[in-house]
Amino acid sequence: MIGFAPFLARADGVAPAAEFVPSQDFKDDFAKVVGGATPVRGRITVDLPETADNGNFVPITIAVDSPMSDADHVTAIHLLSTANPHAHVATFHLSPINAIARVQSRMRLAKTQDVVVLAALSGGDMLISTTRVKVTIGGCGI
Amino acid sequence: MTATGPRIKLPDTIKTGDVIEVKTLIRHEMETGNRHDKNGNPIPRDIINSFIAKFDGNEVFRAEFGPGISANPYLAFEMRVPGPGVIEVTWTDDHGVSVVATAPLNVA
Repeated sequence: MIGFAPFLARADGVAPAAEFVPSQDFKDDFAKVVGGATPVRGRITVDLPETADNGNFVPITIAVDSPMSDADHVTAIHLLSTANPHAHVATFHLSPINAIARVQSRMRLAKTQDVVVLAALSGGDMLISTTRVKVTIGGCGI
Repeated sequence: MTATGPRIKLPDTIKTGDVIEVKTLIRHEMETGNRHDKNGNPIPRDIINSFIAKFDGNEVFRAEFGPGISANPYLAFEMRVPGPGVIEVTWTDDHGVSVVATAPLNVA
């Protein structure tokens, strides 16, 4: 099991600014989701605004480049927040009938942070994507 | 609070084999459990935590939500249309109360 540190948006060995240090709840959820896998970057496209004016209501689209065949498909997409009081935002379960691995929703962001998406593949591999979002007015009472 | 106003939106024209986007929406506060009322008392968590979509009784998509999903949860996903049938979506809240909506897939 590896920690989240290698996947921080700033992965150049410099310690992240305080606001980008992930919460303990995030670290716990990340470890739970990743299990024994080693996530690799790539094949995930996350559409999030660079700046969210309203943290209560942030549109998100997640797409994973996958053939979605019986032999090779996305089984789950995990959406995690590194700085909300509750790190686990959602898990989406997919199968070949979905044909395209894409989901859209709206999420809350308590403050500026990195949003982490993990995609579990049918072969046991795991993909990761991190997206930094600047939040102007945090999600009130998240 | 009880979820209300469940909606499923499908494309107007659908052919067997098409990959369509299924858009869903329901009205619910998604109370996080981290807020307080004006007297300082904590407001208990009350969210929709589970979403299941079925086509003719077979699961085609499922999701678990935490309090980080916005109020009035919107969710869209893709599916390949096996043929005519009915989409059934179930939203379930922290109290175990479910709201179900159905929409026919009118295959041309």
